Amino acid sequence: MSEALTTGASPLQREQAVTVFEKGAPGRRAFACPELDVPEADPAALLPAGLRRSEPARLPEISEPELVRHYVRLSKRNFDLDSGFYPLGSCTMKHNPRLHERVAALPGHARLHPLQDPDRAQGALELMWRLERSLSEIAGLPHVSLQPSAGSHGELAGVLLTRAYHEDRGETRHKVLTPDTAHGTNPATVTMAGYEVVKVGTNADGGVDIDDLRAKADEDVACLMLTNPNTLGIFDQNIEEIARIVHGVGATLYYDGANLNAVMGRSRPGDMGFDIVHFNLHKSFTQPHGGGGPGSGPIAVSDRMEPYLMKPVIRRVQGSNGHAPRFELDHDRPKSIGRLRGFQGNYGTFVRAYAYIRSLGAEGLQDASETAVLNANYLLARLRALVGAELPAAFGTLCMHEFVLSGAPMKKELGIRTLDLAKRLLDHGFHPPTVYFPLLVDEAMLIEPTETETKETLDAFAEAVAAIVAEAREDPAIARNAPYTTPVRRLDEAGAAKRPVIRQPL
Amino acid sequence: MSTYTATTPQDLETMLAEIGVASIDELFAALPEGVRLGRPLDLPAGLPEQDVYAHLRELAERNVSAEDELTFLGAGMYDHYVPALIDMLMSRSEFLTPYTPYQPEISQGGLQVMFEYQTAISELTALPVSNASVYEGPSAVASAAYLAKLANGRRKVVVSRGVHPHSRETLLTYAHGYGAEVVEVGLKDGVTDAEAWAAAIDDDTGAVIFQQPNFLGAVEDAAALAEAAKGSSAVVVGAYDPIPLGILRPPGECGVDVAVGEGQPLGNRLDFGGPSFGFFAATEAYLRRMPGRIAGETTDVDGRRGFVLTLQTREQHIRREKATSNICTAQALNALAGVVYLAWLGRRGLVELGELLLQRTHYARERLTALDGVEALHDQPVVREFALSLDADVRRVIERCQDHGVNPGYALGDDYPEHPGGLLVALTEQRSRADIDRLADVLGAAVAAERTTAQVTA
Repeated sequence: MSEALTTGASPLQREQAVTVFEKGAPGRRAFACPELDVPEADPAALLPAGLRRSEPARLPEISEPELVRHYVRLSKRNFDLDSGFYPLGSCTMKHNPRLHERVAALPGHARLHPLQDPDRAQGALELMWRLERSLSEIAGLPHVSLQPSAGSHGELAGVLLTRAYHEDRGETRHKVLTPDTAHGTNPATVTMAGYEVVKVGTNADGGVDIDDLRAKADEDVACLMLTNPNTLGIFDQNIEEIARIVHGVGATLYYDGANLNAVMGRSRPGDMGFDIVHFNLHKSFTQPHGGGGPGSGPIAVSDRMEPYLMKPVIRRVQGSNGHAPRFELDHDRPKSIGRLRGFQGNYGTFVRAYAYIRSLGAEGLQDASETAVLNANYLLARLRALVGAELPAAFGTLCMHEFVLSGAPMKKELGIRTLDLAKRLLDHGFHPPTVYFPLLVDEAMLIEPTETETKETLDAFAEAVAAIVAEAREDPAIARNAPYTTPVRRLDEAGAAKRPVIRQPL
Repeated sequence: MSTYTATTPQDLETMLAEIGVASIDELFAALPEGVRLGRPLDLPAGLPEQDVYAHLRELAERNVSAEDELTFLGAGMYDHYVPALIDMLMSRSEFLTPYTPYQPEISQGGLQVMFEYQTAISELTALPVSNASVYEGPSAVASAAYLAKLANGRRKVVVSRGVHPHSRETLLTYAHGYGAEVVEVGLKDGVTDAEAWAAAIDDDTGAVIFQQPNFLGAVEDAAALAEAAKGSSAVVVGAYDPIPLGILRPPGECGVDVAVGEGQPLGNRLDFGGPSFGFFAATEAYLRRMPGRIAGETTDVDGRRGFVLTLQTREQHIRREKATSNICTAQALNALAGVVYLAWLGRRGLVELGELLLQRTHYARERLTALDGVEALHDQPVVREFALSLDADVRRVIERCQDHGVNPGYALGDDYPEHPGGLLVALTEQRSRADIDRLADVLGAAVAAERTTAQVTA
């Protein structure tokens, strides 16, 4: 097996990367411009020379068949969720139903202009309103704004809402608490919203260090941002106490919804005491990840945060005399923090998320979370049985929807790092887990299988990890030099950063 | 109900035994009693695929899309034709279903697309540095001001009233958080008031922001606006519509430091406002202050050419609270559509498209301003969109036109109370001379009818 996976250049490897700018030839084209059908006016009179471009942008000159082939060939240099297991922790790489692409492409959704009169966009506004109500029920919080474009944008919304809330009460606070296990977006958001980050430690069980939280929670704290279950895959059992401490000093409690896929139908952030929640529609609600977006980061909030929600908000107005209700965009919100982006948000992602919620229903969403947790625990158990000594779980014996392994013993005993294991997994046809996050675990590997994987896939992945560890016992150099079968092998990332080439020289 | 899980009762038994628990409930034992929901979610029961399709189709049918009426709506998003090959490429699993390319060896397709995209945006803007996309237009404007704030620490942002109202609102929202003051400079004869602009820029100014063409469709003298800021330490930010850049002097040749914009016109559908993408380009000086992902070229251990995410020490997952931005997931798939669209148009096509729109826009402006009760709101050069002033109630005129299957454009009065009769009319290559003539007939009749009604009422 090892030999087969380490020798010989594959056809993809023999193909050198050529960019679209290096293809085609002068004079070739794909686009046929519509004919000039109006009386021609002197272009120089319409647009004076000083405002004009003198040289055309050096875009490709390429025929349509070449263009198609170029990007289809490029696509084959990508690994994707539809081809294989993608247990990237904290990213919830669950199956993307194709129904969603079909309904999102219906012209009534896809070619609807965002500034269409609301009376002529009632289907879209009703869809958004229904999605809001569904997310509200899932979060256990009464009010929803769909506007933010991604999780980090939802975080920014949440911290700005917090600022507006305190300012409205005549208070100026300066600090926001984040656990040391937090996603990097949390502290970055805090800075963008004009606050200072104060880190809270983690206890031996992987939860928030309550004593440290008590010591740091004071009247200058605006908010605590928390993920629960956290990035270690652990549900913080002290959540009610945490909420009491945070609310006790008048701060808000923010829920990073990246890990919501663990608890849908089982527990709700609102019932845990959170004031603000963001959802990642591209995680729990199957918006395809698109190679790094589009995402979507709606937020749900409690009553006390509602006056500050972004505008516009959608209102359902009861019809009189048996008329159907209508849906309006309400811009008249004097305490609102304003807009976070143009128009109404990433509507195309709303169509997909709403279709998903309607497909699964209450029972299906709960089943999704339960199966996600079952799959994660099963994979953890298999890995523990097969490679527990070299790759132990960082915390506890059970997990929620994801778990962290530490590659530290493997590094010490076998001389291969988490990175090497990840790269060797590529030769086995798997996308590796998230590596080197969370930061507080040495040689961390964060594994999230999701509910849409079969037991056979989980078994195969565990066996591949075991095979790599066994191989390293014999010859660690194999993993250290992996991968061998991918379109390119290990890349010089340091060199790329040192001498950045970020565009094609033309 | 649809389900995307696969656990059989036998699987469940085996899996629970392997884990060493008796039930799924035991896996949730860590949840304290007080935070367990203890009841099913109050949501409708799940539906089979065909029923969900029928429901979503019914909702779609209650929208009047650009397929259902002759539309001249623009104001930031435009009904350009999206070539079929873009639908095909965007729906390929290999582009649709992976995530951010954290493992470059198996993500060369996506990374090379980013590199090509950055090159195309660099070419379009004549600026050397582009990132791999941000969310969309208005938040890109606010992010550019944040870049300026981190770069020079000055607290004032000067913004032209010609910048899209959503961009100005988003800027205000962001700026309130990171502690900047936003000062608006008014318009004069349809373009940024040059004297007021120059007077507003002082030692405290960290960024100056204009839009090209501005919200009223007028082409600004970008070079003059940039020049006015050159004596200060302000970052000059231009928010650009990418389509007219085929014929307009690019930001890099006008002294603009950071060019941003809404990428939707480049091969992305309207989608009721998103997802699309924002582009973000800059001079070399701001390379290490850029927000978001950037792909860079490198080689692998065997010397093969390859691509990686680079300069990551700017980003949130490395720098955390010291990051240049909090952005993580951006708009990779929409940016793919953008670069494919630019390649499809090609070097000559982008210019041809710009010239065609220039001519048709001129024709439309002439045609419409010849109507009784319709005047040009300004006389500045226009390239794809222009503002009219109607001597009639604009909303009612729009309704009358829509009753005849024509959407004449966007009413300006809410955003610009100083122009209560303002109507913004946008063109794309999908609106022919015959369509423009039809708009003229319908709009002329609607204005006339509305004036008659108003006279009768008076």
